[in-house]
Amino acid sequence: MDKGTPSSALPTCAISLNINGTNRVLDIHPWVTLLDLLRGPMELTGTKKGCDHGQCGACTVLIDGERVNACLKLAVSIDGAEITTIEGLGTPQDMHPMQKAFVEHDAFQCGYCTAGQICSAVGLVAEGRAHSRAEIRELMSGNLCRCGAYTNIADAIEHVLDQEGVTPLREAAE
Amino acid sequence: MLNETKVVGLPLSRIDGPLKVSGSAKYAADHGGHGMLHGYAVPATVATGRIVEIETGLAERFPGVIKIYTHENRPRTAKDDDKWKDAVALPGHPFRPLENDRILYDGQPIAMVVAESFEAARDAASLVRVRYVAEEPHTDLGREQTRSYVPPQPRREEFVPPEPRGDPQGAFGDAPFKISSEYRLEGEYHNPMELFASTVLWEKDGFLTIHDKTQGSQNSRDYVCNVFGLDPEKVTVKNSFVGGAFGSGLRPKHQLFLAVMAALDLKQSVKVEMSRREMFYLTWRPATIQTVSLAADREGRLLSVMHHALQATSRYEDYQENVVNWSGLAYKCDNVRLSYGLAELDVSTPGDMRAPGAATGVTALEMAMDELAYEVGIDPVELRLRNFATRDQNQDKQFTSKALDACYREGAARFGWDGRSFAPRSMRDGNDLVGWGMATGIWEATIMPAEAKVRLSADGKAAVSAAASDIGTGTYTVLGQVAAEALGVPIDDVTVLIGDSSLPKTGVEGGSWTAASSGSAVQAASDAVRNTLLKHAKSMPNSPFGQASQDEVTLAEGRLVLDRNHQVGVSIGDIMDAAGVSFIEEHGKVAPDQEQAKKFISYTHSAVFVEVKVDEELGVPRVTRVVSAVAGGRVLNPKTARSQILGGVVMGVGMALHEEGMVDHRTGRIMNHNIAEYHMPAHADVEDIEVIFVHEEDDKVSPLGAKGLGEIGIIGVAAAVSNAIFHATGKRIRHFPITIDKILETSEEVRCS
Amino acid sequence: MRPFSYTRAETVQDAVIALAADPGAQLLASGTNLVDLMKYDVAHPTAIVDINRLPLKEIEDLPGGGLRIGALASNSAVAYDRRVQERYPLLSSAILAGASPQLRNAATTGGNLLQRTRCFYFYDPSTPCNKREPGSGCSAIGGTNRIHAILGASDKCIATHPSDMCVALAALGATVEIEGPDGRRDLAMTDFHRLPGDQPERDNTLAPGEMVTAIRLEGNHFARHHTYLKLRGRLSYAFALVSVAAAIDIADGEIVDLRVALGGVAHKPWRDTLAEAEFAGQPADEATFRGIAGRLLAAAKGQGGNDFKIPLAEKAIVRALRQAASGTPQDQVVKAVQ
Ligand SMILES: Cc1cc2nc3c(=O)[nH]c(=O)nc-3n(C[C@H](O)[C@H](O)[C@H](O)COP(=O)(O)OP(=O)(O)OC[C@H]3O[C@@H](n4cnc5c(N)ncnc54)[C@H](O)[C@@H]3O)c2cc1C
Ligand code: SF4
Ligand code: FES
Ligand code: FES
Repeated sequence: MDKGTPSSALPTCAISLNINGTNRVLDIHPWVTLLDLLRGPMELTGTKKGCDHGQCGACTVLIDGERVNACLKLAVSIDGAEITTIEGLGTPQDMHPMQKAFVEHDAFQCGYCTAGQICSAVGLVAEGRAHSRAEIRELMSGNLCRCGAYTNIADAIEHVLDQEGVTPLREAAE
Repeated sequence: MLNETKVVGLPLSRIDGPLKVSGSAKYAADHGGHGMLHGYAVPATVATGRIVEIETGLAERFPGVIKIYTHENRPRTAKDDDKWKDAVALPGHPFRPLENDRILYDGQPIAMVVAESFEAARDAASLVRVRYVAEEPHTDLGREQTRSYVPPQPRREEFVPPEPRGDPQGAFGDAPFKISSEYRLEGEYHNPMELFASTVLWEKDGFLTIHDKTQGSQNSRDYVCNVFGLDPEKVTVKNSFVGGAFGSGLRPKHQLFLAVMAALDLKQSVKVEMSRREMFYLTWRPATIQTVSLAADREGRLLSVMHHALQATSRYEDYQENVVNWSGLAYKCDNVRLSYGLAELDVSTPGDMRAPGAATGVTALEMAMDELAYEVGIDPVELRLRNFATRDQNQDKQFTSKALDACYREGAARFGWDGRSFAPRSMRDGNDLVGWGMATGIWEATIMPAEAKVRLSADGKAAVSAAASDIGTGTYTVLGQVAAEALGVPIDDVTVLIGDSSLPKTGVEGGSWTAASSGSAVQAASDAVRNTLLKHAKSMPNSPFGQASQDEVTLAEGRLVLDRNHQVGVSIGDIMDAAGVSFIEEHGKVAPDQEQAKKFISYTHSAVFVEVKVDEELGVPRVTRVVSAVAGGRVLNPKTARSQILGGVVMGVGMALHEEGMVDHRTGRIMNHNIAEYHMPAHADVEDIEVIFVHEEDDKVSPLGAKGLGEIGIIGVAAAVSNAIFHATGKRIRHFPITIDKILETSEEVRCS
Repeated sequence: MRPFSYTRAETVQDAVIALAADPGAQLLASGTNLVDLMKYDVAHPTAIVDINRLPLKEIEDLPGGGLRIGALASNSAVAYDRRVQERYPLLSSAILAGASPQLRNAATTGGNLLQRTRCFYFYDPSTPCNKREPGSGCSAIGGTNRIHAILGASDKCIATHPSDMCVALAALGATVEIEGPDGRRDLAMTDFHRLPGDQPERDNTLAPGEMVTAIRLEGNHFARHHTYLKLRGRLSYAFALVSVAAAIDIADGEIVDLRVALGGVAHKPWRDTLAEAEFAGQPADEATFRGIAGRLLAAAKGQGGNDFKIPLAEKAIVRALRQAASGTPQDQVVKAVQ
């Protein structure tokens, strides 16, 4: 069994999670958030902490395929779930199409919000509800980017949507 | 025909991109792993006064807590202020965390809990109980106007307003057209997405490796060494990836001090990551209250320019920026008076935030220019063209280049400015009033002393290293491009190593100077590599290079060749083999040219055009379109350069419409100290932004011919938004941010020709 | 956060018993509000009862064209449910105007109802706040109160309820299904939340040990003439300064039935059924809309920082009624106000 958090006198709970395809059985304190679990004991630091309060989207991961803010999720409450983080989408050598599109369109500057943006964008594509530029913007508004890469992020996502061909982009309804 | 490698100027994707999009790029808090201790700071909850008692018992008994630091048990550190002054310190007394019982500002760190886990540190921190004697805080700049003073010790000579020229008051009095307005710009908070953090890896032999969120690894290293009396040989600070900073990372922040303090004291590795709330207490773009008076003749030629700014600072340091001097050089005018004062508040010391000074000062000037355009009754672009300055009248110097006229022309054309009707409230789209506004941007173009090392290996691969930082600016990529081009190797064969204090000396990343400065140093180092290679080549038997000088040879496709006949050359590998070396490594160095600076001065310019739509009934403002035309010298990488401008524009929109620290002046606390309520633009707030780089050649600004682009993007944006809102609604709103309530409550301007 | 014990409820009964047994116990749905407040050291449950395993996720058809929405149905699931979109587009629209896609994917219907105010002072444990610490005083009065209430406030608390979804539910006359130690009961949505009065610590009328199991919506005639208009500090991912849920049943240009609920202005979604009734039979025109706005805001009172909300709400009500009457509900994607 993996050690979830440093030992102490306080009670722990056993949970199992599938993280990026690997099953993990963990013994954790109930107050540990999914974000702190990933970044700490799981050493998956690709997922970022930008606020720790659901206000920025930097911590976005996919839980059972849906994009969610990891910072407000107690890990105990998602026992049995499948988690995909940025590390699970692709590697520098073998990038996910969304990751490639982000590089190509310079959809980041400092790169700190980027993991959250990409996980969110992958969730958005899977949801299949973004059919226009305006919809991309609105449905990506849960991911703040202080570097202001928004227009490039929208370009990258549009590119992937076009490529996938599943949801042809209609003219922006502006 | 041989392909000369042309890399500089190409829109290459970032070479660090794959690391960033895959979560492999490690930021300050991403280092460490198991066995780290975690620190969590406790903020003061009064803005001024003294700590009477700190009760830590409850927190100490919290499971997992190792130690709690307060001013009562803080390990000893340097005594003299000098030791606490970092490379960009200000006149005054630098803040010393946990120094004593004095509270200088709300949110000041007054204790730190160190525990086995992040959670334990955070949770125990909430159990620290503090009793204060609070004094009455002063945090409202408006109410401190009578206590304004001219800073006795200038931060930089260039920031001191020049002596008045001509007779500004007289010219103002006699002029046929004039305006005089007061502008209030609220403070802004940098809030880069990355939380400030330091991970201090403590090693048994006394070595420290510190991953710090900073814009200058060497600045952080020197600060730590001075404050704790450490041997610089034993301290390495790294900032390989920095999650945005915008100026907030220029000076070392309290988490660095606290983390190093605890690591040294406990002889263990410690990580301290701030909360988002703490990010509001670090530093900020100071609030200003500015008065601009402009007068013009019937043709719109400026007869008088007067600009005064009152700016907030803290009780312990005189933070200063160049707010008003721009008004003496942006346009041609012979009668000018500029003045600048500070007022102390019970706040943390303000600091540089993207285009410090210009973002506020040029904004006020550019709103005033728009008011003047309407007073005189001429098109806002035309007004600016009529007052085009060809010399810096403040310093009586020549510009090294100024393609601002092209910015106006090309920006206006792309925007469709021609189609604008002059009268306010004259354009609409459904329920929206449509407004088009514009403004000029101006920023200093400088280089700073910088060094770099370039190594070329026999296999044709190159490595660049410098203690520069990439805070999202594209430094990795641009330095790689410069080396690739100079050495004639493909960009994929260049490794760039930055963000490490042990690398060649570089100043802090800020003021947009990194690309031009470090880039030029890389160029110089690459040139030196080529020279050494040439020297070796010449000593080869039967060398084809004979008397060839360094200007007559080129490196291309792995060979050193003669310029006049590319057929003639020798491969890098062969030259190094012959010389018995496996690589050549050289140092490069640049510094500003002092001689040239006596006659010339450089600025980056822009013209920003903004379309807003404002719901007529509800006053909801939206920025629907922006065109930013920039004259920034040679553009080293149009892709990353464009991103810098985009980012500046977005931040400018935030400044104009969203960002406001809401201070409860009874307690001196920013109440919306979170990013749900301190609004920065979200995706939905940003529609369409176009960036144009106009052609501008400049052989004096830097050896590369490049000017910086990090700041220029934001300058003028807020003014252009405000001017567009006037054009849409007929309302002059001179108090930022322009929120829905201000649009509703402001009445339409009657004065308008 | 403070240490707490954690249990996972397998049945509603389990949850109710666990909740009733321990005054320090709180239910955990998705946690987007509770965990947030625990991290800010505002909420200190000693026991967490995780209800995520309860079978309350379903959205079921009811006889008569109504729907029952389980307390654990996520905000996204509700907003994008085809039946909700067809029968209660107002509800769908209001949910999509709130928070962010990520938060809506997590947030539950029950949790949204029970989310607490965003008052700056409530969130900052170092300040006096009657809601957080009864009797300590209200810092928002005379303080930073841009986001505070203009209706129904007391001298003990001027906070607002932050939900968008609840504003639509109030307008639609939803019923809240409650399960408690004494069994099941129904409560009208408009009676669920309360005004602060002398007990601002109580947001709602749930008794100790009670929990929400579902929201019930009756069949209605509002699918054509409705709108949710939300005004806020930026165009997305921000709480409402003022929002209006409007639904009208119009026949021959006359108002047959009218619902107006306001968000961001009071301690609960603000609805005035008496006022609504007065306008039945009136023509659906500007004059009537202005009359309605005036009537709803007759008792409005500003606190300084939020004075602007009064004229803003007035204009927003008129605009929303116009949108509803003309069958052009506010689009939550296109940011131009319709
Ligand atoms: C940054 C941010 C922005 C947001 N913006 C908006 C917005 O614009 N509009 C908006 O409407 N909302 C907004 N929200 C709030 C969000 O909608 C709520 O946090 C969410 O709906 C709460 O649902 P939950 O399931 O996460 O509740 P939880 O956090 O799990 O629970 C909240 C409370 O409800 C109680 N509870 C949960 N379920 C039940 C039940 N079945 N019966 C009784 N009690 C129960 C819990 O004990 C707890 O006290 C925002 C939130 C954040 C963090
Ligand atoms: S308004 Fe209510 S919640 Fe806010 S400080 Fe006052 S009592 Fe507390
Ligand atoms: S870190 Fe989770 S939303 Fe900001
Ligand atoms: S890339 Fe820096 S915050 Fe988005």
